[in-house]
Amino acid sequence: MVFGAVLIWGLGWWVNVQLAKGSFADHRGVQLLVPAIFGVTLVLIWELLVRGLEVPLVILPAPSVIALRFGSSLDLLWADFSQTILKGALGGYVIGCSAALGVAVLVDRSEFLRRGLLPVGNFVAALPIVGTAPILVMWFGFDWQSKAAVVVVMVFFPMLVNAVAGLRETSALQRDLMQTYAASYGQSFFKLRLPAALPFIFNGLKISTTLALIGAIVAEFFGSPTVGMGFRISTSVGQLALDMVWAEIVVAALAGSAFYGLMSLIEKQATFWHPSQRRGRN
Amino acid sequence: MKTLFSVLTVIAVIVAVWYAACVPMNIKGVLDQVERGGAVVVPETPKARRDASAFGLVVNNAFAIAEVWSVERPRLPAPHQVAVELWNTAVEKKISSKRSLIYHGKVTLSATLLGFAIGTGLGILLAVGIVHSKVMDMSIMPWAIVSQTIPIIALAPMIIVVLYSIGVQGLLPKAIISAYLSFFPVVVGMVKGLRSPDAMQLDLLHTYHASAAQGFWTLRLPASMPYLFASLKIAIAAALVGAIVGELPTGAVAGFGARLLAGSYYGQTVQIWSALFAAALLAAGLVALLGLMERQILKRMGEGS
Repeated sequence: MVFGAVLIWGLGWWVNVQLAKGSFADHRGVQLLVPAIFGVTLVLIWELLVRGLEVPLVILPAPSVIALRFGSSLDLLWADFSQTILKGALGGYVIGCSAALGVAVLVDRSEFLRRGLLPVGNFVAALPIVGTAPILVMWFGFDWQSKAAVVVVMVFFPMLVNAVAGLRETSALQRDLMQTYAASYGQSFFKLRLPAALPFIFNGLKISTTLALIGAIVAEFFGSPTVGMGFRISTSVGQLALDMVWAEIVVAALAGSAFYGLMSLIEKQATFWHPSQRRGRN
Repeated sequence: MKTLFSVLTVIAVIVAVWYAACVPMNIKGVLDQVERGGAVVVPETPKARRDASAFGLVVNNAFAIAEVWSVERPRLPAPHQVAVELWNTAVEKKISSKRSLIYHGKVTLSATLLGFAIGTGLGILLAVGIVHSKVMDMSIMPWAIVSQTIPIIALAPMIIVVLYSIGVQGLLPKAIISAYLSFFPVVVGMVKGLRSPDAMQLDLLHTYHASAAQGFWTLRLPASMPYLFASLKIAIAAALVGAIVGELPTGAVAGFGARLLAGSYYGQTVQIWSALFAAALLAAGLVALLGLMERQILKRMGEGS
C-alpha cells in the first residue's frame, strides 16, 4: 500500500509535468485539470498511507471513513451548518459589512475623521480580535447572536479600511469633471466614487468571508447551545471521534470556498470594467 | 501633526463612549450590590429589575451612577480598571509569578515566534519552488488560494489533540497552528514579489547569460523584499492569533489564550480585557518591529524613501 502511494505520487506528478509542459498548458481546461489531479493524488496517497501504515483512527482517519461519516450524518451537519454559518456567520457578516460601509461613507465626507479613524482602523484590523469572543459571548448569551456579534467586530475594521481607501480612489481630474457637470454629491457619489470604490469594497468583502467563518466557529469554543460547528468540533475532539471532526472541517471548507467563490462571482459581474477582471494575457 | 491631533481626538471619543457605555452595561449589577448594602432602589426586587430597561434604571437611580466605574466584576470594565489591572499584573507582579501577564505573554510569544519562523521559512521555500517550476505553480497555487478561504482555525483543537496523542505537547502544537496561519500570506506575497521584476530586467540578465540561481540572488530576491515585508506583517499578526486560539481548546494553563479562557469561566471580565489589551500591545509591537526592520533593510538596499 505504501508502495502504491509512492507510485501514485510519481504518476500524478508525471502527468502534471507533461500537462504543464504540453502545448495546451494555457488552455482553461488544463489549468483546472492540473490542480484537480494534484488534489486527487493527495487524497489517494492519504487513503493508501493511512491504510498501509494502519494509522489509528484517533490520529488520522482515512478519507473514505470521513466520507462515510459525512454521508451518514447529513442531518446533524446541516443543523450545525445552519446554526453556525447561516445564522452566526452570515448574520454578522451582513450587519458588520453594511455598518462598515455606512461608516466609510460618513468618514469619507470629513477629512478630519478620515485622518483620525484610518490609523486607528488599520491598527485595530491587525489585532487579535478573536480575543473579544469571550466578552461578547458573556454579553449576548450562548446562542447565535453572540457569534454574529463576534463576526461583526471581526469584519468591521478590515471592511472599513478597504472601503475608505476605495472611496478615495478617484483622481482629481475625474472629480473635476463631475464638478464641471455641476453634479451634486449624490450624483458624483453614485456615478463616480462608488463604482471606483467597488474593487476595494469587494476585496474587503472577500477577506471578510474567511474572517466571518473563523469568528463564528471560534466564538463557539467559549460557550454555545448544543448545536453548531465549533461546538461539534470541540466535543468530538473530546470523544476522539476524529471522523466527525473531519466531516465538520469538510463542511467548513466547502462553505468557506463557496462563500468566497460567490463573492468573486458577484465581483466579476459588478466590476467587469476593472483591469484585473479583463480577459486576456497579462 | 494634524494627523496626530485627529488620531488623538478619535481615541478620546472612543474612550469617552466607552466610559458612557459602562453606565447602562453595569447598572444592574451595581443596583443589586447597593440594595444589599441597604439603599432603596426604584424597582425594588432584582426580578423586576431584570425586565426593566437599562436606561430606565439609570434615570430612576441616578445616585448609583458613580459606582458603575468601580464594580469588581463588571460586564464592561472602565478603561482605568483595565489599565490598573494591566499595570498590576504586568509590572508589579514578579515575572516568574503565574499571575504575571509578562509570564503569560512570554509563553504566547515564544509559540508565536517559533510558528512564525517555521511558517515563513516554509512559505519562502515553497514560493521559490512555485516561481521556478511551472508544475508546482499550476498544481499547488490554486490550492494555496482555496485554503485561504477555509477557516483553518477550526482545525486547531484537533491538531493539538492529535499531537498530544502521539506524545508531542507544549510549545510545538501551538507553533504549528501559528505556522499554518502565517504560511499562506507569505507564499502568496513572496510569489508576487519574486515575479515582480519586469520583462526588461529579466531580459537584461538573460543577455548577461546569468544562470537561474544568479537571477534569483541578484534580481528576484531583492525585488521581492517590499512584498515579503508586507506579507510578514500580516503573517506575524496571524501567527499571534494562531497561538492564542491554540491555547483555547486544551484548557492550557499559561498564555494569553489561557487567561481569556480562565477569565470567561470565572467571570473575571477585567482579566479578559487586560489579556486582550496585552495581546493587542504585543501584536502592535511585533508589527512595528517588522516595520522598523523593513525600513532599515530597504534603506540599506537603496529602496527606502
